[in-house]
Amino acid sequence: MSVLVEKADLSLKYIAHYNKVKELLVKGSPDILNAQRKKAFQDFVMQGIPTNKNEKYKYTNLHPYFLPDFSFIHQREAQKTDPNAIFHCDVPQLDSYVKTTTNGWFNESKTEGDLPEGVILESLEKMMKEQPGLVEKYYAKIAKSNTDAMVALNTAFAKDGYFLYVPKNVVCEQPIQLINFLEAPENSFVTQRNLVILEQGADVKLILCDHTLNLNRYLCNSVTEIFVGENANLDYYTLQNQHNRTTNINSVFVQQERDSVVTSHTSSFHGGLIRNNMEFVLNGENAEANVFGMAFLDKKQHVDNFTQIIHKKPNGQSNQVYKNVLDDEATGAFSGLIHVVRDAQNTNAFQQNNNLLLSDTATMQTKPQLIIDADDVKCSHGATVGQIDEEALFYLRARGINEDKARLMMMNAFMHEVVRKISVEALRDRIDELVERRLNGEVAKCHECAYQCEV
Amino acid sequence: MLKIKNLYASVDGQEILKGINLEIKPGEVHAIMGPNGSGKSTLANVLAGKQEYEVTAGEVTFLGENLLDKAPETRAKDGLFLSFQYPVEIPGVPMANFIKTAVNEHRVHRGEKELTAGQFLKLMREKMELVEMKTKLTNRSVNEGFSGGEKKKNEIFQMAMLEPKLAILDETDSGLDIDALRTVANGVNALKSPETSSIVITHYQRLLDYIVPDFVHILYHGKIVKTAGKELALELEEKGYDWIKSEKGN
Repeated sequence: MSVLVEKADLSLKYIAHYNKVKELLVKGSPDILNAQRKKAFQDFVMQGIPTNKNEKYKYTNLHPYFLPDFSFIHQREAQKTDPNAIFHCDVPQLDSYVKTTTNGWFNESKTEGDLPEGVILESLEKMMKEQPGLVEKYYAKIAKSNTDAMVALNTAFAKDGYFLYVPKNVVCEQPIQLINFLEAPENSFVTQRNLVILEQGADVKLILCDHTLNLNRYLCNSVTEIFVGENANLDYYTLQNQHNRTTNINSVFVQQERDSVVTSHTSSFHGGLIRNNMEFVLNGENAEANVFGMAFLDKKQHVDNFTQIIHKKPNGQSNQVYKNVLDDEATGAFSGLIHVVRDAQNTNAFQQNNNLLLSDTATMQTKPQLIIDADDVKCSHGATVGQIDEEALFYLRARGINEDKARLMMMNAFMHEVVRKISVEALRDRIDELVERRLNGEVAKCHECAYQCEV
Repeated sequence: MLKIKNLYASVDGQEILKGINLEIKPGEVHAIMGPNGSGKSTLANVLAGKQEYEVTAGEVTFLGENLLDKAPETRAKDGLFLSFQYPVEIPGVPMANFIKTAVNEHRVHRGEKELTAGQFLKLMREKMELVEMKTKLTNRSVNEGFSGGEKKKNEIFQMAMLEPKLAILDETDSGLDIDALRTVANGVNALKSPETSSIVITHYQRLLDYIVPDFVHILYHGKIVKTAGKELALELEEKGYDWIKSEKGN
C-alpha cells in the first residue's frame, strides 16, 4: 500500500507543479503550444510516470529517476555566455553549420557560413510565432500524448527547442550540427521539444550532440518529431555524452513518405540513464529506414533502446542494428518492434541486436517483437548476448599482441559494424576514436564537458 | 633452443601429456607423429600458452628461460610461433591491422622502431609472394571467409612476417590439396635457417617429403615412445600405428 501511495505521490508532485506554473507556461507561449498543453497534461494525469509494470518500460523503471527535487526552467534565461565561445566542437574536418541549445532552449547565436536558401534552423517558439501556419501542420501530430506518458509530460511543459525546415529539393551539402548543453545552477528538469520538416526531395545530414557542462543532476525529457517528404533523405546522428548524474529520455518520432530514406545512428557514450524511444512510420511506398545504435556502459549506467518500426505501405525496407558493450554492474535493454500492417506487402525488415558482456555483474535484456499482418514479407531478427571469444583472444595473443590490446581489438571489431554505417567521414573517424577511448577505459569526452563518472 | 623435461599436462582434469622429454637445437626440424588423441595438439597448445591446459609437472625452457611462466604474447615475442590447426576467424579485425600490430609488438619487444606504413606494406607484399597469397585476403577480416587452404597459407604468411626462432606447425597439412601443400612447404623451407628450428606435427608422411625432418618422434598416450630419423615416418606410412600399439602393449 505504502509503495502505491509513494508512486502516486511521485506523479502528483509533477501534477502539482504543473498546476502551480500553468499560467507561466501558457504566458508568452504561442497558441500552437498551448492548444496541446492542456490535453497532454490530462494524458499525463491518466498515465503517470511509467514503472516497469508498463510494458513499454518493462526494463526501465523511471520512478527512481524522477524522485529527486528538480528545479524547472520554464522561462528563457538571459544568455550569460555565448556557448560557442566556451565550447568549441573540435572534430577535425567536420565542416558543419553549428547551432546550440541550453537546457532545452534554442540559442540565438552567430554562426559561420550560410544555410542554403529557404532552409530554416531556428527556435521552435520563435517559428511558431512567425510562421504558425507551417508549424501547426506538423506539431504534435506523430508524438502522441495518450500513448506515452513521457511525450505527454513533454508536451505539457514544452516551451522551446529547435526547428529545422528544408524546402523542396534543397540539398544541404554541409551537415547541420546541434549541440545540446545542460548547464543550470542547480539540479534541473529540462524539457526540449524539436521539430524537423523535410519537404519532397530535401536532403540533410543532422548531427546532435548532448553534453553536460557542470556536475548538477539533470533529467532531460526531449521529444523530436521528424517529417520526411517524398524522396527526401535524412541522416540523423545522435551522440550522447552526458555525465552519469544525467537521465536522458529521448523520444524521436519519424514519419516517412514514399521513396524517402532515413538513417538514424545513435552513439551512447556516457550518461546515467539513457532511454531512446525511436518510432518510425513508413507512411509511403518504397520508404527505407535504417536505425542503428551502439552503447558503451559501465559502472551503474543503464541504457534502454526502444524501437518501433511500422511498415504501413508496400515495398518498404527497414534495417536495425543495435550493439552494446556492458561492463561492471551496468544494465542494458533493447526492445525492437517491427510491425507490418496488412497493406505493406513486399516489406523487407531486418533487426539485429548483439551484446558483449565484459563482467559477470552486467546484465542485458533483449526483446525482439514481430507483428506481421501482411502475407508477402521478409522479416528477420536475431539477438545475441555473449562474452569475448576466448579462442580469438588466444589467437591474437599467440601473435604477440598483449591481452589488453587484443581485448580492445576484439571490442572494436564488435562495434565496427555499427561505426562504419556513419556516412559523414569526419564524424566516423571521430566516433571511431571515441569508441577506442571509451573501450580503453578512458572518458570518451569530446571536449570540455564535465563528468562525474564515479557517480 | 627448447628443452622439455618430464612434462605433464591436463585439460578439464584429464591427463593428456604424461611425461614428455624433448630437446630441440637450433637449425633442427623435428616431426611429431602419432595416432589421434595421443596429445600432439595439446603439446603445441601448452607450448604456446593456452590457458585451458594445465601443466601439472615438468619444465620447459625456451632459449634458456622458463617458458611456462610467460604469457602467450611474451612467448610469441620471444620467438615461439604456433601455426594453428584451426585458425580462428575474427570478424571486424582487419588482417592488415592485425598483422601490423603483431609485427610492431615484436619490434618493440626487441627494442626496434615500429615500421612505417610504407615499410610495412613493402614487407607484407614480399611475404605474401612467398606463400602465393592473394592481395584481396589482406583487405578482409582475419581469416573471415578464407578457404581451408587460404587459412593455412595465412598462418605461414604470419610466420614469415614475424620470423620466429621456433615454429610449431600443428597439422598445417590437413585440409590442403597437393599444390597448396607444396606452396606452404616451400614457404616454411624458405624461412629455414641454421638459427631457426621447427616442430612439424602431422599424421602423414606426405608433408615430410617437402619439409624434411632431422628427427621423427612418435607420440602415443601422452609420451614419446619412439624417436628415429626421417625413415621412421616412411615406416609408419607403410605399417600404420598398430605395430607401435602392440609394441607398447595397449
